[in-house]
Amino acid sequence: MSAKLRLYILVFLILGLGIGLILYKHFALGFPLSPDEKKSVWTIEAKIDFIARGDPVIVSFALPPQTPNVVFMEEDFASPGYGFSELASSTGRRAQWSKRTASGPQTAYYRLSMYETDQFIQLPISAADLPAEPEKPEFDGVLKTAAITLLDQVRSKSANTEIFTRELISTLNSNTPDQNQRLLLNDQSSEDYKTHLIINLLASEGISAHIVRGLYLNEGRKRLSLTNFVEVYIGGQWLLFNQNSGESGKPKNFLIWQRGDQSLLDVIGGKNSKISFSIIKSTQSTRNLAVRDSINKQAGIIDFSIYSLPIEQQNAFKMILLLPIGALIVVIMRLLIGIRTSGTFMPILIALALIQTTLLTGIIIFLTVVGTGLLIRSYLSSLNLLFVARISAVIIVVIAIMASISIISNKLGIDQAMTVTFFPMIILSWTIERMSVLWEEDGPREVLIQGGGSLLTAVIAYLFMTNRTIEYLTFNFPELMLVNLALILILGQYTGYRLFELYRFHALERRDVTGKR
Amino acid sequence: MLLASAKKLRSFGIIGMNQRNFGLISRYNPRHLYPLVDDKLKTKLLAQKAGITVPKLLGTVEYQHDVKSLKEILRPHAQFVIKPVKGSGGKGILVINEHDHNHYFKPSGDAIQLADIERHVSNILSGLHSLGGKPDNVMIESLIQLDPIFSDYSYEGIPDLRIIVLCGYPIMAMLRLTTHASDGKANLHQGAVGVGIDMGTGHALHAVQYGEPVLHHPDTRKTFSELVIPHWDKLLQLAAACYEMTGLGYLGADIVLDRDQGPMIIELNARPGLSIQVANAAGLAPRVTIIEALKAIDPDPQSRAAFSKQQFATNTGTHPPRLLRTRSDDPKP
Repeated sequence: MSAKLRLYILVFLILGLGIGLILYKHFALGFPLSPDEKKSVWTIEAKIDFIARGDPVIVSFALPPQTPNVVFMEEDFASPGYGFSELASSTGRRAQWSKRTASGPQTAYYRLSMYETDQFIQLPISAADLPAEPEKPEFDGVLKTAAITLLDQVRSKSANTEIFTRELISTLNSNTPDQNQRLLLNDQSSEDYKTHLIINLLASEGISAHIVRGLYLNEGRKRLSLTNFVEVYIGGQWLLFNQNSGESGKPKNFLIWQRGDQSLLDVIGGKNSKISFSIIKSTQSTRNLAVRDSINKQAGIIDFSIYSLPIEQQNAFKMILLLPIGALIVVIMRLLIGIRTSGTFMPILIALALIQTTLLTGIIIFLTVVGTGLLIRSYLSSLNLLFVARISAVIIVVIAIMASISIISNKLGIDQAMTVTFFPMIILSWTIERMSVLWEEDGPREVLIQGGGSLLTAVIAYLFMTNRTIEYLTFNFPELMLVNLALILILGQYTGYRLFELYRFHALERRDVTGKR
Repeated sequence: MLLASAKKLRSFGIIGMNQRNFGLISRYNPRHLYPLVDDKLKTKLLAQKAGITVPKLLGTVEYQHDVKSLKEILRPHAQFVIKPVKGSGGKGILVINEHDHNHYFKPSGDAIQLADIERHVSNILSGLHSLGGKPDNVMIESLIQLDPIFSDYSYEGIPDLRIIVLCGYPIMAMLRLTTHASDGKANLHQGAVGVGIDMGTGHALHAVQYGEPVLHHPDTRKTFSELVIPHWDKLLQLAAACYEMTGLGYLGADIVLDRDQGPMIIELNARPGLSIQVANAAGLAPRVTIIEALKAIDPDPQSRAAFSKQQFATNTGTHPPRLLRTRSDDPKP
């Protein structure tokens, strides 16, 4: 009893550990459970142009903040001849290029590759981020009246801050503006002007708000500029509002570049500065991104994993990690189904060879080699050889058969058959020897049963081992081996009937019914 | 129906391979005792020491170069059996009924040459028939003479009696009859007939060939209902004594009846198969339960045999409880 209990505890621990690690990798490190998951990676290039006047030049450029919702894969800064530094200030990161003297047209580049993660983590707002009570703005004469009227109008239609903000924005953007709105927006209605107007109007209601500049991520766009949003402090968190539609929340595929009213670009010693953004979209598998991100973050589980090996070794492991799946299949076939195979794990080796040769070709080659081998072996047995010499002779015969299959198929132009070399020769020789002895002692029936059983098991193992999802999962979640181990430990305890025993004993059932009982 | 329902089989107390391996073999048979039965020479010596009759050893071949002297070894014996010492499942056994100068005759009448025998012997030495392919030795034994009792029930071979012994108590018995299909071998999956034997009397109960019931021997056409095994008590005692001899808790004793020398043990098996249940149309599990429920194992093989005879007799009306044995209610050793 205690041994059984110990086993169950062990199984439970192994299972828990394996599943735990898988869940951790999936949820914390973002490893997808399916090989087909793809993500859009955006490469954003900001190009800064200005004309230098021959004086010392300092270019200061706001960089997008790093949040948990986006992963920055790569950042490049390029500008020939300029010194570069990245500064972190309380208002966000800034890039700074500087040069003693420069004149004429100058260009600086900033390139960012990023993708959005699936996780939406709302950062708790720290005390420093809490907005101060906004200062009441001063509106001039007419504007003041217009503002008060508009605010009264909006206030009467809204119940809380969120609705108030939305209502305010949509009123300002309405297609049929009344006099007040026209007055407030006036002719110079640039985006920046509108943003500040909204912020000021909100401020006079005692609502904290600030400007947010961001970039819509659209494929293949050039010469884009940043879009203004208004972020309003409501109920302990910041809420983003589209200043043209009044919609709240961060839109999809939108990268927040800058928060607050600092300048986006400062150029000292230059004039006519302008920024243009261009965006290229590429699609990459989520798994590659996750591996890369985890290596960058030096997550311990990835740092000490197969990913840290050279690619060649990684490929070898891709194959090796499939073996436990084959072993599980063999355990199931033998313990639960009761299929007899010649050699316990020979089917796995055949399955491995099948992976290299593809299924149908592999089976034909296997049958050809074993069949021819059996014929020649039956001749060898009449030669009266010692056992070790005979099995060695069979090995040579097998190699000769493989060589002839390769050469003949090459001449005939059947390239697939040349994959014959992937079959393990020693295993084939042993199979032939075993089958041949089996034939002599137990007859061809037994040869068919065991040979068929081996081949069937091999094919099933092959089907599992070549399944894309299984291949992907075993390589990217080696923890699955623990789950596999736990399953095999449990199966090792199975004392019930094998499927074939139900057939073996079926006569017994019938007799017992008609017989004495 | 092609498949039996697992529930039904369980209610009959049929033991499956997995349970045999797990609950009987690995539990009752310590691995270090295996060589005693896997090595037939050792078994023979043990049996002789215990005063049990065994077929006479005519000679052994240990080395490849001794194969040349085979002719000298065989010359004085008209009939003999060549066996691998560590063979399993009756593999590699060659029976010669008679020979003249250069021709050796198998029971089927086929003649083979000395060279064939030499090759056979050298195959055995190389480990072809042994467990795990390890190099092996060859033993040559005297041929068992068919008891006339069985002459109507066997074809070109000697029937043998398999008795399963659990903790020294014989629990089930089966007579294996050679047929034409089995090529004179008492091997069930080659086509030999398995006859379930009443533990109480030695009477035949049921017979199966290839897993299907048969009423008479396929070659001699003799019905099994008249088949009674003589010396039944002696045979049971012989099987029971194998427990002390080997220490194996779960074993299959293969016993033959020799015309001249009576019952003798030819082989012991630490992993006896499960076909015996089909031949007896009964499961082992209820009988195992009875033996495992015993407080102590009787040290006397004769009284153990008597216990089994009374307990497992088919017609006594005391049907054993058909319970499935579980590990949890085992007595602590």
